[in-house]
Amino acid sequence: MDAIVLQILNGLDKGSAYALIALGLTLIFGTLGVVNFAHGALFMIGAFCAVTLTRLLTWSHTIIDETKTDFLGNPLKVDVPYIYDIFGQSTGEAIIDWAVPLAILFSIPVMLLVGVIMERGLIKHFYKRPHADQILVTFGLAIVLQEIVKFYYGANPIPTPAPAVFAGSFDFGAMLGFDPNTIIYPYWRLVYFAFAAVIIGAVFAFLQFTTFGMVVRAGMADRETVGLLGINIDKRFTIMFGIAAAVAGMAGVMYAPINSPNYHMGMDFLVLSFVVVVVGGMGSLPGAVLAGFLLGVLESFASMAQVLEFLPGLNQIIIYLVAIIILLTRPRGLMGRKGVMED
Amino acid sequence: MLGLTKKDYNLLLIVACLTMLAPFILNPFPEGSGLAQFNAGYPDLMQRFVIFGIFAIGFNILFGLTGYLSFGHAAFLGVGSYAAIWMMKLLTTNVIPAMILAVAIAGAFALLVGYVSLRRSGIYFSILTLAFAQMSYALAYSVLTPITGGETGLQLKLDDARILDGALGAGEQARANLFGLNMSSSYELSVGSWLFTFNTGYYIAAVIMLLAFYLAIRIFRSPFGLMLRAVKSNQQRLNYTGLNPRPYTLAAFVISGMYAGLAGGLMVAMDTQVGPERMFWTASGEVVLMTILGGAGTLIGPVLGAGLIKYMENILSKINSDILHTWFAFLPDGLEDFIITLIYPFIGKGWHLTLGIIFMLVVIFLPGGLVEGGQRIAKLFKRKDDAEDTAASTPAE
Repeated sequence: MDAIVLQILNGLDKGSAYALIALGLTLIFGTLGVVNFAHGALFMIGAFCAVTLTRLLTWSHTIIDETKTDFLGNPLKVDVPYIYDIFGQSTGEAIIDWAVPLAILFSIPVMLLVGVIMERGLIKHFYKRPHADQILVTFGLAIVLQEIVKFYYGANPIPTPAPAVFAGSFDFGAMLGFDPNTIIYPYWRLVYFAFAAVIIGAVFAFLQFTTFGMVVRAGMADRETVGLLGINIDKRFTIMFGIAAAVAGMAGVMYAPINSPNYHMGMDFLVLSFVVVVVGGMGSLPGAVLAGFLLGVLESFASMAQVLEFLPGLNQIIIYLVAIIILLTRPRGLMGRKGVMED
Repeated sequence: MLGLTKKDYNLLLIVACLTMLAPFILNPFPEGSGLAQFNAGYPDLMQRFVIFGIFAIGFNILFGLTGYLSFGHAAFLGVGSYAAIWMMKLLTTNVIPAMILAVAIAGAFALLVGYVSLRRSGIYFSILTLAFAQMSYALAYSVLTPITGGETGLQLKLDDARILDGALGAGEQARANLFGLNMSSSYELSVGSWLFTFNTGYYIAAVIMLLAFYLAIRIFRSPFGLMLRAVKSNQQRLNYTGLNPRPYTLAAFVISGMYAGLAGGLMVAMDTQVGPERMFWTASGEVVLMTILGGAGTLIGPVLGAGLIKYMENILSKINSDILHTWFAFLPDGLEDFIITLIYPFIGKGWHLTLGIIFMLVVIFLPGGLVEGGQRIAKLFKRKDDAEDTAASTPAE
């Protein structure tokens, strides 16, 4: 029993990332009807927002500290971040420590801007073109974005630690009433899952309970009629694109401590997220979230030693295998609607 | 001639001339000159041009004609490579049986994948092929290590069986050959300060590419090719006329898989090694880039695209900041540094950025690829000539 709970927990953090990216992809697809292959790149840019903010906060100037000396007796040069000068040492240290959560605030405007520029600058011109062209141009954009990041940040992963409070693991099993030391779980992964749940909930609430969300849902159902009612639906869809980008970006920011950001992390996640979207059903938001968590958990079950014993290598292929089976047995995915992407 | 119209025959002839004279054409700069680094006439790169040309021609038969965008074609290339290297390990290092087996196995694998994937179209088809390719990659990397050699891949070894070959002499190594003709042997011709290399492997690959190209022309012009175009333009109408498109698309899928297998077999014939990274989805993405860049649905486009990408990969990526400094040395210092900082992100390790930008520009402005670009330029000149003609023939009153 505890082994099963552990695997479910292990699957949750990856599943959360899949679900968040897939949610953004589906939002874009559902509103604008565009297949966005650059969505993984947005996730990656989000992770690099965390890196950038950490670098900005630790931006230092060198001073000569008279109280400390090196072994020759000369006064030592010390790098002091500017932020110490502004807020004092202890507050400054705390701010640097909390760089990753702060990066969420930093990433929201950045990602909204990136998303809106992307939609207005490029994707707008591709609504009337075939889906293959949309895939290709966003695929090209993904390459360009990832190469730009590679140029400025290098090809190596950049470690971006979580705040010290969340570092390390804790005995989650004991809290749930299992034997102690059976389920040891890192704090940050639990934070990630909670964060993902909040974001997903917020997106659904926004679509369900606000006027803006209502109009967007109406636009998803029948764009033309909403336009005829005198509502500028294009503008709202552009904002939705920005929101989808922000969701992907925030998923990336929070994922930075779990997996050190590197320039190709977006592509790695993109392929899987597309599989997730297709399994969940193109255009279905709950489907995307459900499939994201489902596949994340399945993947972690498949990597259990007991499973690998009689089905070696299953953890490597389980997601694709499930995708093939679902696509062949339920052509519209788990929760897909009729008439979406069937041309 | 050869069952081709005059226009196609001329095209085939031009391609034949270009490939046969490639060692001259690709080496326009004398050795030791500042521009010698732009020479692409060395065997390794020329082989890649034609091998990826074959791969892209095959991909184009599927994507260009039927519009089915496969994101997993590298799997067939990889399977072909593995089949070829096993043939060379077990039976003989002659490349002919190796390539026959590569094509056959890749074709069989394509039949399997195609049978399942072609039940869906559009993006679902892309995802299905991608899933199959990623599965093959993951399996080749992990579980199938006894067959695929896992991460290290497979090479020819001294203690391979090679049933048909005689024992190797002392100090001899097993090499890929064609009836004793060593693939890596070259004849070097030195004219003045130019050095031209004629490589056996390249010419064998080039002849095979010409055959593949000829076959592609025949497919494009055949009733079968017409049927595939019908699938692309309107599948529903095809259904209503009482035709089932599935057998045609499946045949196209298998043919293009066999082309990929042939390319994989040839790769093994050239460098006698194979690793699973050949099947990774970025490799599938690369052939998509090649075909679109050159012009999907055209005959010559994919070959051009393959050549362009491989040229950039090998030549553009070699330029570093020192070379840039020697080029712009004539400029005043400040301006020199400024221009170099401007260009630097696009060359050397950043060549992918250039590729991505060119690819985006092509998709946005030239959906027909380089071929369409060429046609437009040709049209521009033609129209200008016409305009001049009319201007000349109708004198002012």
